[in-house]
Order: sequence, then structure tokens, then C-alpha cells
Amino acid sequence: MENPGEQPLISLRNAVKTFGPVVALADGSIDLHAGEIHALAGENGAGKSTLVKVLAGLHHRDSGDFEIEGQPVSFATVADSRAAGISVIYQEPTLFPDLTVAENIFIGRQPRGRFGMIDHRLMRDHASAIFEELGVPIDPDRLAEGLSIADQQIIEIAKAISLEARVLVMDEPTAALSGHEVDRLFAVARSLRDKGAALMFISHRMEEIFSLCDRVTVMRDGRYVTTRMIPDTTPSQIVRDMVGRDIDQLFPKFDAQVGAPVLEVEGLNRAGVFRNISFCVRAGEIVALSGLVGAGRSEVARAVMGIDPIDSGTVTLLGKRLKPGQPMAAIRGGMGFVPEDRRKQGLVMELSVLRNTALTLRDGLARFGIINARKEAEVAAEWGRKLQVKSSSPYNSVATLSGGNQQKVVLAKWLATKPKLLIVDEPTRGIDVGTKAEVHRLLSQLAVDGVAILMISSELPEVLGMADRVLVMCEGAITAEFPRAEATPERIIEAATDHAKAAAS
Amino acid sequence: MTDTQTALPRADIAASARTRRRWNPRSLLSKRESPVVLALLLLVLFTYLANPRFLAPQGLKDLMLNATIMMIMAAGQALIISTRSVDLSVGSALGLTAFLTGTLFATYPSIPIIVVFLAGIAMGAGLGAINGLLVTTARVPAMVITLGTLYVFRGVNSWWAGSTQYFAGDRPDAFGNLSVSLLVGIPIITIIAIIVIAVVTLFQRYSRSGRDLYAIGSDPDAAIVYGIPVGRRVFTAFVTNGALVGLAGVLYASRFNSVGAVTGTGLELQVVAAAVVGGVAIVGGVGTAAGAAIGALLLTTITGALTSVGVDKFWQQAVVGGLILASILIDRLATLRRARNLRKATS
Repeated sequence: MENPGEQPLISLRNAVKTFGPVVALADGSIDLHAGEIHALAGENGAGKSTLVKVLAGLHHRDSGDFEIEGQPVSFATVADSRAAGISVIYQEPTLFPDLTVAENIFIGRQPRGRFGMIDHRLMRDHASAIFEELGVPIDPDRLAEGLSIADQQIIEIAKAISLEARVLVMDEPTAALSGHEVDRLFAVARSLRDKGAALMFISHRMEEIFSLCDRVTVMRDGRYVTTRMIPDTTPSQIVRDMVGRDIDQLFPKFDAQVGAPVLEVEGLNRAGVFRNISFCVRAGEIVALSGLVGAGRSEVARAVMGIDPIDSGTVTLLGKRLKPGQPMAAIRGGMGFVPEDRRKQGLVMELSVLRNTALTLRDGLARFGIINARKEAEVAAEWGRKLQVKSSSPYNSVATLSGGNQQKVVLAKWLATKPKLLIVDEPTRGIDVGTKAEVHRLLSQLAVDGVAILMISSELPEVLGMADRVLVMCEGAITAEFPRAEATPERIIEAATDHAKAAAS
Repeated sequence: MTDTQTALPRADIAASARTRRRWNPRSLLSKRESPVVLALLLLVLFTYLANPRFLAPQGLKDLMLNATIMMIMAAGQALIISTRSVDLSVGSALGLTAFLTGTLFATYPSIPIIVVFLAGIAMGAGLGAINGLLVTTARVPAMVITLGTLYVFRGVNSWWAGSTQYFAGDRPDAFGNLSVSLLVGIPIITIIAIIVIAVVTLFQRYSRSGRDLYAIGSDPDAAIVYGIPVGRRVFTAFVTNGALVGLAGVLYASRFNSVGAVTGTGLELQVVAAAVVGGVAIVGGVGTAAGAAIGALLLTTITGALTSVGVDKFWQQAVVGGLILASILIDRLATLRRARNLRKATS
């Protein structure tokens, strides 16, 4: 497939991208040749998406070389990269729901006829022709609203074809697809490759990489690790490339006394989301819920908390069965929930640090329905001190804090309720390394204090470093459970991609 | 992953697409306009049966004259609302341009009528540009900005006009005749309005920038990702709407006897109501200028119809309110049903 002397279509070398103190990409390098499908593999947080966004013109690299057919380029906007023939398809495309499929493909470039008026018929015919070429019968006249993600991706591909893109980047396109939708996507990808396009494919599923791709580049911690020809390598070698590192001392794990069960979940089901979920979390124990993005972990947490409805199953907290669909009852029973998206679900961004901290305590602070402002300030200050929230004033809005300090405010808010069980969803996502360690120390300390903790995390080092037990989910089912001593990166990745077992359960 | 995303029954869809291929005149108006057209026809029919004089030539002419100004303003508002914005300052802007028209004729009695039209349109466009500039740069919802300019424009009008009022007698007969003379049975100002509304509707359907407006209203964030010049398009929509309001202001001075400090007060809500009744969703993304104009025609016709069958003025307002709620409800129900059908088809 690859001819080493041939000039690559796209060549990115030693690209660096930082966001303030956070280094998202330390050494991003990849070569894409015409007529190949090139996989990009790596753990969550390895810098794959940042690299894609540099290619797409969404991020500007701080340094490094970027060449197309040997010519150095620099993209200021998405339009620039599109003009250079690069099209990117994201995991969940954003289409205009009120416009037709054909118009979504050609928006801003609609074919025009007499008097410069849009020729809707010609546009429709163009769209039909592309769909025919792709072998997918999508009606170009229907509105984009309600299309499945698979069809939305096909429309993005149709757009790329109509733009005559030479490079097609697909960022985890299969995460939300069913089996035969994946087959359809792969057929389209192969036919594009055979016509001479360069494709880059990001996926966590080894079997997909091996069935579709010609080469694979592995990244780890924002750095290029290696590039291998698919016929010359094995899945286990790539997994070793992906995780090959020691778990550093980021994770202060204190010895906690594991006590009686606090949370018992039995046979939880929600059609199409998760099924047969049973597990238990004991006092003083940190249980990690691991798995790939989209495996249904957050959905399970939300259902346990009573935020999302369930079809069947029971949630028992300290021996008392919780009524499903009642988050207030769960909070009163002693549950706390630190959601993944703290900006949208965890904090009221415009309110002050103080108000956010005291939000869960309103009833306790109020007398005859009126909140005692001084008591509110005292409680908030106390928790702010304990968690070392760094803000210039407790009266500033939380929007002014860094991501790590925002997360501490969310934690403070829940710790102030003295929870028996704390569910944390991706507790350190988007937080700089130093604050990460503080959040970990805090979780560890809570476990020592006897709190049961259910931690959802996509970062393997965090899971391995923090958890007493690891549950692994794949496609809505629990596919494995490991005690701390038996949990290894290889085992977890294997279980997280064990689609056969997930389908069987 | 369970099989929740299975493909739609493709063959049926492809077949139905092919049968719909032929061009039909209805494609200019989307299906969203059908209910309001139907409601208008039923209303006219029943009122005619109750009081045949309702459709006498004079009654018909009054009907059109009363609706003309609102129709133009609703068409302009449709442009704004389709981008998920709103312009509440249109009543005040109309007052200013109507007073400008009165002032020009009173100060320069021999001024050519066309110059007055151009001046009014230019002033309206200028006021629209102020709104557009504030909305696109301040990143504050248009509702708040234009609520502010509603009062600012009205304040300027009061300061400028004071207690001065200009009457029809201050204006040349030829100007007033625009609202009296008929061409093929239709008042001239109504013909002007119909032409303008048709042009705006064609722009919405057949120009790239017109389509961009729907894309912006449909998903503003996606519009940015797609490289649509969101700020420029929204600004242009406000300027265009302003120009249309300016035109409406000049026509107002032709149609009505007096213009002064309070001309056009409260019109903005009727205009927004007309657009919504005419199928322009308040959340943006759908609806046409023609639909909004028909909505305006319906709202003014209701008032006329209820008067002609002798319904109390008090009840007329309630009926208009009920109509607004009904049209929003119908729209919402249709959306829910569509969503349910889509879910069924994909599960």
C-alpha cells in the first residue's frame, strides 16, 4: 500500500498546541497518503481530537510543520482547510434541522440558475447523484430533523464529496452506530479510498481498525508514539503502544476501611441504553465505572440518581429502596452527584462561588423560607477553605474560576450535604495536572472518612490509580469486574471493547 | 448497542420522493402557510354568509387598505424572526418615518413623491442598521435591544414632533390618492405591498443569503461552524426590515389623516403576532414573508369581520388572542407528531 518514496498528501510534524498551562498536543505528527485509510489510535486524552482540530483549522498550532503536497500551509479558519480539500466528520455532526438534506449538503454553495436564483431542482439532483454513488437511499427532500446519526454522517460524507475533498477525517464515527450502519460506512470509506482520497479514521475498536485500515499511528499523552502497517502488527501490540507507561504518582491512594454496602443496584434496565446492571458500592470504597465514551456509564449514574427513568430494576441506598425518578429523594437519602458537564449541570455559572456552594443547603439555611445570608456565607467559606478553592472573592461568579477550581466548588456543594454516596462523572476532565492531584487526594480522603464513591472515568491511569474495584461497561452492559490487584490496562481495554460479551448479556 | 438506529424503510421514501418531483406552485409557499390560508378563506366565507355587504367593493377595498401596512411590516419581521431574532422597535420606527413624511411635505410642498419614498426607506434602513449593529455586536438577545430602541425611537419622535401633527391636507393630493385610486380593483399601496412581499419571499427561497437566514435560525452554533457569516446576515436582515418599515411609514402617511408623536404605538406586537400566525416559528428556521403577510391579512380581516357581524370590540381582542394561541398550539402539536413519527420510523 504505502510507497515510502511517495510524497504524502498531508504531513503534520511535531505540532504543539497548548491551552494556557495545559499541553493538549506535545508532539502531533501524522502523514496521510492518497489512497490509504489511516487509523489514529490512543487513549482518551492522548491528543487525537486536538490533532484533528488542528487539521480542521479549528485550532491553530503553536509550533510545528504542516504541509500539503510539500507546500507549507497555515489555516486561519475552517473555510481555509475546507478549501485545501480537508473535510472532517465529527462523532455527532451538526446539521440544520429545519433545512432539507440537499440544502444541508450545499448550504452556501447552492447551484444557481437564471437571475442567480437557486436551482432547487438541480441541487436535489446533485444530492441524489451523490447518494446513488454512495449506494444509500436517503431522500434529499426530507428535512434533516430526526435523521439517525448514521444518516447524518452520510450527509457529511456527501458534503465532503460535493466539495471534492481529498482528505476525509472521521473522528470516532462508529461510536453511535449499529452493526450494519458501520458496514455501510466502511463500504463508503473503502470506495472513497479506491478513488484516491486519503482517509483518517479514529476509533477505539481494534477490530474496526484491523478490518478497515491500512496503517495505524498511535498517540499517547499528546505525543506521537509510532506508525505501523496493519498487516505487520497485532491488536495487543497497539494496546501496548497506547498504554506503555507507568502509572505516575498522581494518585494518592489512602488505605480506607471498607465497610457495609451503601449502594446496591440490582438488574437495572433501560431499553436501548443499558441492561442488566447490577453492582454494589461499600462505605469507604472507590468503585470505578470504566469503559469507552458512549458505553452508557453516565446514563447508569443518572438513572441511579433518579434523574433519568428506568424500565426495571432497583436501587437501594443504605438498605432503603429508592423510588425511581426522584432525584430529591436520592439527595435526601444521602446521595451526591458531580456531573460530567459541570458548566451546564453542576454549576449556575452566573451565580457567585458562595451561592453555588450553598445551593444544596438552602433548606437547612432557611428559616420560614428566607435564607440567612450570614450563615450561608459562613458555611460556604468553611467548605471553600477545606477544598482550597482559589478565587479572589467568594462573591465573584464561578464563571471566572479555572476548570479545576470550578470542579472544587461542585465538590464542595455536595460535600456540604455530608453525602453517604458520591457519584463523580469524569471528575478531572479538562483540569490541569496540579489540580487533578488535589481532586484525587480529596476523593481518597472522603473514602477514608467512610463515603462510598462511584467514579466514572475514561482515563485509565485515573481508574487504575484510584479505584478499589473496577467495573467495565461496553455497549450498555457490564462486561467485567476486577479487584484493584487484578486490574491492568490491557484487561480493561479488552473488556471495554468486548462487543461479543456485551451483545450476549 | 441495540438496534435503535436501524435505517428507515428506504424504498418507500425514495418512491415518494420521485412522485413529488414535479414542480408545483405550492413549492413557493411551504406547507406551514396552508392553515392560515384556510382560516382566512373560511373567515371570509362565513362573514360573507352572515353579512353579504362584507364583500362589496367598498368593503373589500377597506379590507385591503387596512391590512397593507401590517402586511409589509410582517414580511420584514419574518426575515428577522427566521434568524431567531425579533425586532420590537418597528412601531416606533414606523412613527418616525411617517412623521418624516409629513414634515417633508409640509416643509417642501413641491418635493417629488418619489424622493419622499426614498427618504422614508433610507431612514427606516438607518434605524434598522442601529438595531442590527447593537444586536450583532452586543451579544444581548435582540428582544432586549429592540425593546430599548423601541423607547429610544419613540422618545426621539416625541422630542421631534412635540405637539405638532400633520394632516392629510398638508400633503399633495397625488400622494393621498395612492391609497384611494384602484388598479385592477386593488388600491395602489396594496399593489406596492404585494410586489415587495413577493420579492422578499423570492429572496428567502431562491438566494443563498436568504437560505443562510434559515440556517442561522435553525442552529446558530452550527451556522458558525459551517462558515456562514452570521453577523453580516443578521445585520442585513435588520437593515432590510428597517427599510420595509420605512416604506410602511410613508404609506401610513398616505393612508391615514394625521401623523404625530404617537403614530404607530403598539404596532410591534400586532406585527409579531401576524408573523407567528402566518407560520413563522418564533424559534426561527422556518416560515416565509408571504405567510407572515397572510397572517397580517387574517388578523386585520378578523377585526373587520367581527365588526361587520356586530361583535363587541371587547371580544375582538379576545378572538385575536385565541387565534395566536391556537396557531402556536397547532404548530407545536404538528412538531410533536412529526418527532413521534420519526422516532417510530427509526426504532
